[in-house]
Amino acid sequence: MLSYIMKRILSAIPVLLVVSIVIFLIIHITPGNPASVILGEEATPEQIAELEESLGLNLPIHQQYFSWIAGVFQGDLGTSYFMKAPVTESIANSIVPTISLAIFAQIIALLIAIPIGVLAANKRGSFADSSMMVFALLGMSIPSFLLALLLVLLFGVQLGWLPVAGFRPLSEGLLIHLQYLILPAISLGAIQAALIARMTRSSILEVLNMNYIKSARAKGVKNFSLILKHAFRNALLPILTVVGQTFGTLITGAVVVETVFNIPGIGQLVINSIERRDFAVIQGVVLFITVLYIFLNLIIDILYGMIDPRVRLDRK
Amino acid sequence: MQNETLLEVSNLKTHFGSDTGFVTAVDGISFHVEEGEILGVVGESGCGKSVTAESILRLHDEKFNTMYEGEIKYKGENLLKLPLSKMENIRGNEISMIFQDPMSSLNPVYTIGNQITEALLLHQDISKKEAHNKAIELLELVGIPSPEKRITEYPHELSGGMQQRVMIAIGLACQPSLLIADEPTTALDVTIQAQILDIMLRLNKELKMGVIFITHDLGVVAEICDRVAVMYLGQIVEEARTIDLFEQPLHPYTSGLLESIPKMDGDRSKKLNVVKGSVPSLDSIPQGCRFASRCPFADELCLKEMPELRPFKDEEGSKVRCWHAEKILNERKKEHVSTD
Ligand SMILES: Nc1ncnc2c1ncn2[C@@H]1O[C@H](COP(=O)(O)OP(=O)(O)O)[C@@H](O)[C@H]1O
Ligand SMILES: [Mg+2]
Repeated sequence: MLSYIMKRILSAIPVLLVVSIVIFLIIHITPGNPASVILGEEATPEQIAELEESLGLNLPIHQQYFSWIAGVFQGDLGTSYFMKAPVTESIANSIVPTISLAIFAQIIALLIAIPIGVLAANKRGSFADSSMMVFALLGMSIPSFLLALLLVLLFGVQLGWLPVAGFRPLSEGLLIHLQYLILPAISLGAIQAALIARMTRSSILEVLNMNYIKSARAKGVKNFSLILKHAFRNALLPILTVVGQTFGTLITGAVVVETVFNIPGIGQLVINSIERRDFAVIQGVVLFITVLYIFLNLIIDILYGMIDPRVRLDRK
Repeated sequence: MQNETLLEVSNLKTHFGSDTGFVTAVDGISFHVEEGEILGVVGESGCGKSVTAESILRLHDEKFNTMYEGEIKYKGENLLKLPLSKMENIRGNEISMIFQDPMSSLNPVYTIGNQITEALLLHQDISKKEAHNKAIELLELVGIPSPEKRITEYPHELSGGMQQRVMIAIGLACQPSLLIADEPTTALDVTIQAQILDIMLRLNKELKMGVIFITHDLGVVAEICDRVAVMYLGQIVEEARTIDLFEQPLHPYTSGLLESIPKMDGDRSKKLNVVKGSVPSLDSIPQGCRFASRCPFADELCLKEMPELRPFKDEEGSKVRCWHAEKILNERKKEHVSTD
């Protein structure tokens, strides 16, 4: 298993290089001169040229790329000219709320979706099944910002049970941390919950048609354990795939939700940096998120191996 | 035969619902199995053999699209009337089933040890440790070498033949009185097939277990079965003791099947389709005799009215579903005389 993980990490390097080139080109080809943005309307051409030189923007683009990527390999993503601080530091500061939010949203989505999916599959064709699936369809089609606003109106403004916006770090205590995070997490996780619920249902139904389910039933296995022991574990693989593929969209989706709830996460960092033409930060964040995606996929693959012995690679 | 009757199926019908209406895959089947007896069930594929077998254990879910009719009396109790929880106690305990395709009948994500002990723990009041030891004994019984090691393996680590042995071990775990084997050797090659049959025969003798052996291979039937029921399109068309069936088939369909047995020196895997035509589909069942469209002897009566399964006068215990069985038999005898 260890050598498999090493191999996967090594094979990610070319992917990262290509991604880094693409990010770099897209950002540098889009119009908008950062030097003039920083200096404002009244800047003279001399001032602009001077700043470009100090930022290295006057060099040929491939030289700019190489000096950036050389830094990346040493863990240096460059310096934000706006914040006058290393990009790694800004990312480190704003990633924590985002990850917190995404993980909490994921947990809520799983806690809601899997039981619903299992129940619906068990009662397939019944009224309960169709109402749960209609509910899931609704969850999939409601935009997260709208859901966010509705939740804030109900629980924040009307009932006053939960804070309307803001963020408290974990260091202030788990309870208060979650209190601030719960509405954003629900708004963010709703679409995922709906997706997972539908996937769980269809995946279990598919497995229930398998021969090994019939033979387990012929053995005398009760319906309950037929679904929870024999079907569920097999159905978990496609569910896990959906979770893996959509966890990344949770991070991107967090941009919207962070804005509504005013959470100082990666989303706000990106939006602010785009407004400021802060290239170093934008590049750094996108590259960082790519690494995160690759890392997540690796974890999902390892989980596959834990669930399904046929994918286990180290058994000899 | 002074044995007790173990299973008595009367007028069993199995209907499946679909978007386009109901189909009746098993249409009024009656037969019985005695203690220690091996009953063969033969017929081309699609004739309803598997559905019959699975109906005995009520494996098709009545809550969704299946409806059973008739009576399945096991040791005097009608299984179709039992509540589900009682039925679950019978499955795998009193009546076990082995399926056609061993490769897909074991759950891929659990070890074979887990799947054997599951059967034991479900029906017997024993500890996990005892179940584990018993599972090893069972693997030995069905001829799996180094069972202590095999028991920790997953299905995909075993060959098809080994997987079928595991299925048999699961089937036998609780010493059932009746074993239903649905084409247990079809997916396996010939030498493995012989070994598996051997195991089943031995256990049938040793444990006095009744067996329903489903197959489309009449050669196997001749080797192991006491009695045979021939199925065609959801019905039994002939029932007889094995010797009688092979010496004197009564139904034209049976004769056709017998002629299609490949010779021992021929290629056994090659299918000889001597019965011309194919089984009609369930939604276009003919009005009269179901075999009429393929029968060389069919006349007006056959096309109009369905014959009943009736006892055949000259042969004790034989039953046939054909208007002209006697006539056909006489003609064949005459032919024999004239060619001799
Ligand atoms: N669950 C089901 N729903 C609808 N039709 C079925 C179902 N299972 C089997 N059948 C139909 O019943 C008929 C008999 O099938 P089967 O018992 O598997 O045949 P055999 O085992 O003799 O080859 C076939 O026409 C098949 O299509
Ligand atoms: Mg079959």
